Amino acid sequence: MSAQPDEGRTASDAELLLEVEAVEAAYGEIHALRGIDLAVRRGQIVTLLGANGAGKTTTLKTISGLVRALSGRIRLAGRDITGLKAHEIARLGLVHVPEGRHILRGLTVEENLELGAFTVRDAATRRRRLREVYEQFPILGERRGQDGSLLSGGEQQMLAIGRALMQEPQILLLDEPSMGLAPKLVTETMGIIRRLNEGGTTILLVEQNARLALQLADYGYVLENGEIRLENSAEALRADRSIVEAYMGSG
Amino acid sequence: MADDAASRRRRDPAPSRPNTGVAQLLAVFDDPRKFWLAIAVVLVAVAVAPLLFGQYATVILTNALLYVVLCLGLNIVVGYAGLLDLGYAAFFAVGAYAVAILGQQTALGFWAAIPFALVAAAAAGVIIGGPTLRLRSDYLAIVTLGFGEIVRFSARNLEITGAASGISGIEQPSLFGWHIDSPTEFYYVFALLSVFAVIASVRLANSRLGRAWLYVRHDEDAAEAMGIDRVRVKLAAYVIGSIYGAIGGIFFAVNLGAISPESFSFEQSVLILMAVILGGMGKIPGVILGAFIIVLGPELLRDLGELRLLVFAVGLLLIMLFRPSGIWPSRKS
Repeated sequence: MSAQPDEGRTASDAELLLEVEAVEAAYGEIHALRGIDLAVRRGQIVTLLGANGAGKTTTLKTISGLVRALSGRIRLAGRDITGLKAHEIARLGLVHVPEGRHILRGLTVEENLELGAFTVRDAATRRRRLREVYEQFPILGERRGQDGSLLSGGEQQMLAIGRALMQEPQILLLDEPSMGLAPKLVTETMGIIRRLNEGGTTILLVEQNARLALQLADYGYVLENGEIRLENSAEALRADRSIVEAYMGSG
Repeated sequence: MADDAASRRRRDPAPSRPNTGVAQLLAVFDDPRKFWLAIAVVLVAVAVAPLLFGQYATVILTNALLYVVLCLGLNIVVGYAGLLDLGYAAFFAVGAYAVAILGQQTALGFWAAIPFALVAAAAAGVIIGGPTLRLRSDYLAIVTLGFGEIVRFSARNLEITGAASGISGIEQPSLFGWHIDSPTEFYYVFALLSVFAVIASVRLANSRLGRAWLYVRHDEDAAEAMGIDRVRVKLAAYVIGSIYGAIGGIFFAVNLGAISPESFSFEQSVLILMAVILGGMGKIPGVILGAFIIVLGPELLRDLGELRLLVFAVGLLLIMLFRPSGIWPSRKS
């Protein structure tokens, strides 16, 4: 996990880690995605913006295999992962932290983290990763014996992210990590995401708080009715008045 | 791993359990220092029971031990993997009919027939579980209910299963010249099967597969997002459960010497499920307790005559009312 050089992070010629091409998906009759194209380069934070129901969560679920793509191609580090099952995609290093965190009730913080390293057969590696997660989130170490579902919202979010890190993912898909958190914790969560990224993890972020997301991200896509309406560097999107008005409220 | 289990037991918050006499008695098993002593006491009690209680009680206790095996098997499906199975008696039937038919139609002999019976039950588990375990939620309960009835109806209508009258004259087995035929001998056979069933259940619960079951039971989506193949993990539970059921059925058949479709009714499936839920899903001692209550309860209430099943049912309702997760629940439920 050597730190990526800073220029590699923003350089537009870094390796394409995730490529989504003309992906369509549907829930029953509802055509949720109508041909999504997006790309995430290694080391980047890329954000998906859009109103509720625009297809942000569906995009993440389709990428991670929880929803089947009707057409189109999804590639991870050049390898075609379209149609693979969710658990197979997770084993390839694309880990989805779903909306709602999915902390297992009745299991301790540590047991929840152990779930993240289930696919790692070597016990020493599991212990090392557990130690790394505790270093990154000391509060989880302090609470390791407590029921994970009794943690505060912010701590649960850390637990959900920590559990995903136990897999040492190449890319993390984060769905609304700030949802339901107090403003101070939202800032803290964003700090965590930045730190993870600086540590070398590539991130695809869906976030309701577009202002914060664009501060973190290198690049952004705006979804509308299951289509990409526009895309640009985060810097340019921040400066775009129509985006500011549509997704960030006034001011 | 052993350390881990011990520390988990220590972490178990004792105050969450009501401080009643029964709870204190049950807590003895959760105390690692007294655990082996308690196991030894139970084993001695099982070993001497037939000497103390006479033939009738021995037959009833044998039935209770059969239920221990069946309930531990269903517990893997329901308690460990979190799948609702309403047709578990079907696997019990497959095991029983398989040895009975092989005993009549072939010259294999009892012991050589066992592997075939187990394979038949596992195949039945894959056939019914394979397509249905992909479904989420309660569809599985409906499919298993249907499967249970299909097996019973088939047994009642096929010639090879002896139709409604079933198969009789099933030969009792011999082992190294020792002919197993008295009720007491069968009692010890079932006691031994129960011990093996308990050991296998403990080992499964602590295995990698056991952890996968735990995660899938709690949150399928989270488990899948972390790389666990939920369909395969559930199918494993289903097949292992069906093998337990078949083992129960095999020895049930040779013990009674005759089987008929009515031994494998929906009621039978429900009774087994009831014992698992009553005792405490996922917790081995709880499931054993449940099996004993379901079998011994109606016997102990025999003096009440016609009222006994009513009283027994009210008793079960009261237990579920006051201990909704079972008499002796697992911590992780």
